[in-house]
Parts: sequence; C-alpha cells; structure tokens
Amino acid sequence: MTTAAATHTYRDDVGSRMGMWLFLFTELILFGGLFIIYAVYRFKFPEQFSLAARELDTLIGTVNTIILLTSSLTVALSITAIQQGKKHLSMMLIGMTIIFALAFLVNKYFEWSHKISIGIYPQSPELLNKPPGEILYFGLYYVMTGLHALHVIIGMVVLVFSMVFIAKGKINQQSYVKLEAGGLYWHLVDIIWIFLFPLFYLIS
Amino acid sequence: MTSNVPAIEPDYLHAQTNSKGIGAWIFSTDHKRIGILYMVSMLVFFLTAVVLGVLMRLEMLTPGKTIMQPQTYNTFFTLHGIMMIFLFIIPGLPAVFGNFLLPLMIGAKDVFFPRLNLLSWWLFITGGLLALVSLFLPGGPADTGWTFYVPYSIRTTTNVIPALFAAFILGFSSILTGLNFITTIHRMRAPGMTWFKMPLFTWALYSTAWIQILATPVIGITLLLVVVERLFGVGIFDPNLGGDPVLYQHLFWIYSHPAVYIMILPGLGVVSEILPVFARRTIFGYKVIAYSSLAIAFIGSLVWAHHMFTVGMSNTGMFIFSLLTFLVSIPSAIKVFNWIATLYKGSIKIEVPFLFVLSFIFQFSIGGLTGLMLGVLAVNIHVQDTYFVVGHFHYVMFGGTGFGLMAAMHFWFPKMFGKMFKKIPAIIGWLLMTLGFNMLYFPMFILGYLGMPRRYYDYLPQYQSYHIISTVGSWILFIGILIIFINLLISLKKGKKASANPWGGKTLEWTVASPPPVENFHEIPVVEKGPYDYSEYEIKPESVK
Repeated sequence: MTTAAATHTYRDDVGSRMGMWLFLFTELILFGGLFIIYAVYRFKFPEQFSLAARELDTLIGTVNTIILLTSSLTVALSITAIQQGKKHLSMMLIGMTIIFALAFLVNKYFEWSHKISIGIYPQSPELLNKPPGEILYFGLYYVMTGLHALHVIIGMVVLVFSMVFIAKGKINQQSYVKLEAGGLYWHLVDIIWIFLFPLFYLIS
Repeated sequence: MTSNVPAIEPDYLHAQTNSKGIGAWIFSTDHKRIGILYMVSMLVFFLTAVVLGVLMRLEMLTPGKTIMQPQTYNTFFTLHGIMMIFLFIIPGLPAVFGNFLLPLMIGAKDVFFPRLNLLSWWLFITGGLLALVSLFLPGGPADTGWTFYVPYSIRTTTNVIPALFAAFILGFSSILTGLNFITTIHRMRAPGMTWFKMPLFTWALYSTAWIQILATPVIGITLLLVVVERLFGVGIFDPNLGGDPVLYQHLFWIYSHPAVYIMILPGLGVVSEILPVFARRTIFGYKVIAYSSLAIAFIGSLVWAHHMFTVGMSNTGMFIFSLLTFLVSIPSAIKVFNWIATLYKGSIKIEVPFLFVLSFIFQFSIGGLTGLMLGVLAVNIHVQDTYFVVGHFHYVMFGGTGFGLMAAMHFWFPKMFGKMFKKIPAIIGWLLMTLGFNMLYFPMFILGYLGMPRRYYDYLPQYQSYHIISTVGSWILFIGILIIFINLLISLKKGKKASANPWGGKTLEWTVASPPPVENFHEIPVVEKGPYDYSEYEIKPESVK
C-alpha cells in the first residue's frame, strides 16, 4: 500500500460513531443548562409555573410527540433498509421523516402564533402584568421550544444531505456510518422533545 | 531510532497542494498547517491584547486621568480579557501545539476528522473577526468585562451582542477540537502505544478535551440566553421579570472555572514534556502525572462557586466549595513535586525552553499558593474583587500558561519550521520577560491586600508607588516579548537548519524529519518503550556505591 492511498482508504466506523456520540453529549449538556434553569425557577415559583402551564394546549403537544416518535421510527427503518441494500426504500423513509419534521414545525407555528395573538410573548403588556413566575415560564417556553425547533430544522438539513448522499451512492450498503450519524442526531431531537413535553405541557 | 522518512519526501511547508498561495493554507486539512494557522492568528490577537494591557497599565501610572477616558478604560479591560481568554489562552496550547503535535506524538498521519479540524479553525477566525468587528460598530466596544455579568450586560448600550456571539462561536470551535482530539487519541494510537506509553502532553490534551466538550456547552447556552434576553426581552436573568442574576453567575462559572483548567492543563503537559529532555532523566512518577491531569479535570469541574463567596450562598455551600477548591491543589502539587524530583540527579542542560520551564514552575507555584489563599473563606472575603485576584490569575494564566507557551514555541520551533533560533537573544528575552512579569504582577498582591479594587479607573494616592513599579514592569515585559518574537521571526528566515532531533527528545515527533513530511510517518512506527526512557544517561545504582 502506498502512503497516499493509505490515508484515502482510512476508514474507522467505530471512531466516527464515537465522534458523533461525543457531539451529541455536548448537545445534551447545552439543553442541560436550560433544564437547570427551568428546575431552579420551578422550585422558586411552583404555583405560578403550574398556573401558566394550563395555558398550553396539551392536544397539540401530544400530536407533536406522536409525530416525532414516529419520525424516529422511520429514520431507524431507513438505516436498516440501507443495510439490506434497499436504496429506494431507504430514501423514501428518510423523505417520510422529513415530512414528519415539517408537520411538527407547522403545528409549532400554529401553536406559537396562537399564543402571540392572545398577547403572550416576551415584553407584551399582557405578559408583563402577570406574576414573575408566569413571565419566566413563558420566557423559558419560547426559548426552549424555539431552540428545539432550531434543532429540528438542522436535523432536516442533515437528513436532506443524507438523501443526496444515498442517491449519489456515497452512503451505501457497505458504508452507512454517515446515515447512522444523521439518524442519531434525529433521535437526539426526539429525546429532547420527550423531556420538554412533560415539563411544559403535562405538569400543571 | 533514526529518521524513518526517505529524504526525497517533501515536507509539509513546501508540499504541492491543489490550491495555490494562501488557499494552500486556509483550505488545507493537514493538521500541521492548521496548527500553524492557529499559531499565526492567535499571536496576532495576543499582541493586540498585550498592547491593550500595556496601555491600561500606563493609565494606572498616576491617579486620575493619565491617557484615556474612563469609558475607554472599561472597553480596554473588557477587550483585553475577551481576547486573552477566548482568543489566546484557551486555543493557545491545545489548538496550536495539540493540532501540530498530537498525531505526531501518537504515531498517526492526521487527526481523526481532518475536515472538521479545518472547520474549527474557520469558526475560530469567524469568532475572532466578529469580536474585532464589534469594536467599530456604532455603539462602541463592549464594556462589561469578559465575564458579561448580568444585569449590566443586558442594560449597557454597547455592542455586547456581537461580543457574546463571538464567544459562542469560539466555544463551538473549542468543542469540535476537543471531540476530534478524544476520538484521535482513542482510535489512532500507533501499534504498541498503550495508554501508559503515551507522552504526557497527550494525556494533558486528553483531559483538556474532556473539559472542552463537557463544560463549553454550558457557557454556550448561557451566553445565548443573554443574547436572547437583549434581543427579545425574555427575562431569564433580569430581576425585573423574576429572573435571577446570581443564576447567571453560577452557569457562567460552571463553564469558566473548568475553562481555567483548559488553559493550564496543556501548559502542565508541556512542562512534563520538556523537563525530562533537558534533565536527561526518565520523568519521575509518570503514571501519577497522567492521573493527576484527569484528577484536575474532574475536581476542577466541581469548584466553580468559589468565585461567588461574596454573592450570597449558604454557609454549607461556601464550606463545601472552599474544601473542593483545596482539593484541586493536590493533583497540581503532585505535578510540581514530580518535576522537581525529575530534576534531582539529572544531568541538566540549560537551553531556552528549559529556562522558560523554570519560570513556569516558579510562577505557577506562586499562582497556585495564592489560589489556595483565595480558597480560604475569610481571606477571600477580604480580597474579593481586588488586585490580589488580578495578580493571582495572571500568575497562573500568564506566568503559567503564557510561559509554557513560550517554552513550547522554543522547544518545538525547530520541529515546526526546520530552523534553529538564536540562543543569546532568546535568553535575553526570557530574562526580561521573567523580570518584567514578576515586577508587573507581584505588587498587585500587596495592592489587593491593601484594598485596591480591580477594574477601577481611579485610585487613592497612597497606592501610587506600587502602581509605578507595576507599570515599569509592564514595559520590561513588553520589551522581552518583542525580543522573543523578533528573534523567532528572524530565525524563520536566517536560522541554521535544524536536525530531526536537536534536543535529544525521545517522543515520536523527534523521529521524523524537521519539518515533518506531509504524511508524518512513512511507515507507522511500532512503539515498544515508554516516552521518556533516558536510562542510558542515568547513574546506575551499583555505580553509586
């Protein structure tokens, strides 16, 4: 083997997966900071937090939870499909995942715009009249679900790239670690939502 | 071992690449070129921040206005802090020397994710430029101090958002470098290089990388929240809206205290690397030094609240954080004692890197001991937010890491550029730096003890004599730094050609040519012995009799 060829053929899927997992840890810790803040303020204003939580629509939250959980399934299936060499099936499943992600965002859009239309948004006179715990609750609600929505969008971009790579044959039956990484990222987005959902919608 | 590279293979500095000119550098995924890129950009930021520091010292020469307005002074110390911390000391050793040396030291051809590595540098440069741009935007440079404490950072009208965003991007860059290094160390060690045959600098980088990926996201989200709060008026930290500014301080220090160890750990690694080479002695207590790096990383993550003893905390909390702070000094002291033990009965060769290491040990010890004093609750209350603290962290950060960086620059200069530097000017530079440094920062301990608060523009006349000594020290230090840099720059052009192993090092990077070829190793080496085996120089027990 020549030296030049040695670097180009260097491949270590275990290492690549490890890098991805490390990155996911940093994402979890990023949200971890927000969860700490949530915990501190919930401890400080328990009644006001549960009062404010009643303003959220549990139905929309539940629907979004189901959508995200299903999308995690389709992305996992797409990895199995590529492992079996079913290229088109795999692409179709990723496509479905992206559609679920879009549906999630549309839902979120309606939820946010409804809140804003009834005057609940940062610095709104309506919100400033409420006690501090409720102001904090809605501040955190917008920040945390907003940051999560941003991650949904990043995840969609990652999935689109995965689809292109499959079409070009860069991700194939022999080498699918890139798709695995994309899938892991999508599971992360799902898991974070699994924590956000009870914290904001269910505890009231 | 002799050089395992045929003479015809081009070195990384002159190798042909796809792009030409500067593109051959800024689009290169070669870890050595990326290391040099970091070095050049970082030194530019360093010199800028040094000039700011010298000007601040000049302002403090006399009470009242000397050369600048109070607001200018506020922005100067903020910028000095942001640049030194985020653009120089945090990326300094890990990004420059870690990138250049890590693969060479463990016998790999590159880091695990070469393209991600390049992305890290791009993010670093973006963050740095954003910080620079914020100086010239309307509103004026940030004036919050590098800690961005709320509520002031929410209220002030200066360009806090670009500065915060710059720090956020730099954090991202730091995370990516960290995860790259961890993966590289886990997956790419040469055959035979077990964990305990790794060079100690690699151990230091490994511990640093864990802090980078575990602590940095916390500051990321904290700074982002301040941005969101300024942009949209979400009141997470604003007391008017029910928020808690103390929570900001907790979150800030949960990152920023471990970050102190991101800054110092690689410096400690450099010392462990250089000492055995010039003492011609197997390092004393290799395993303990390796473990102590991990211990510092671990305990160092649990001590953040010692920055906040005066902010309002339960007595139990204060007691626990004070105790944990004492605990960190144990692994640090272990290192110092092992270095001294390594020197014992060594056949010491005085070279420039070694001199810098001696200054490092001296100054780091003073910095560490004053750190212990700050960990004592009663003393802390007395000297909180005074010049004592300024003196302490400059002794650790500059006296430790800064001098460690100088040592590393001289130690690996022949390897990086294939040239030797002139010894006499370097020694003069070292002497002036050490002298100037101690003259600049030692009076601050006394000033702080006497009650001079930090960050103040003006002061009472009785403090002036100490300020004069300190300011004169800053001039000597500045001249020393200039001599060092000019000497190295001239040596780049005119230096004598360096051999593959000018110092007689035993780690793997000294087995390849200087400068190293593009692919590092023609054949991946097989490691059999530990990294610091100088047994041939050592006095055998029977000859002692």
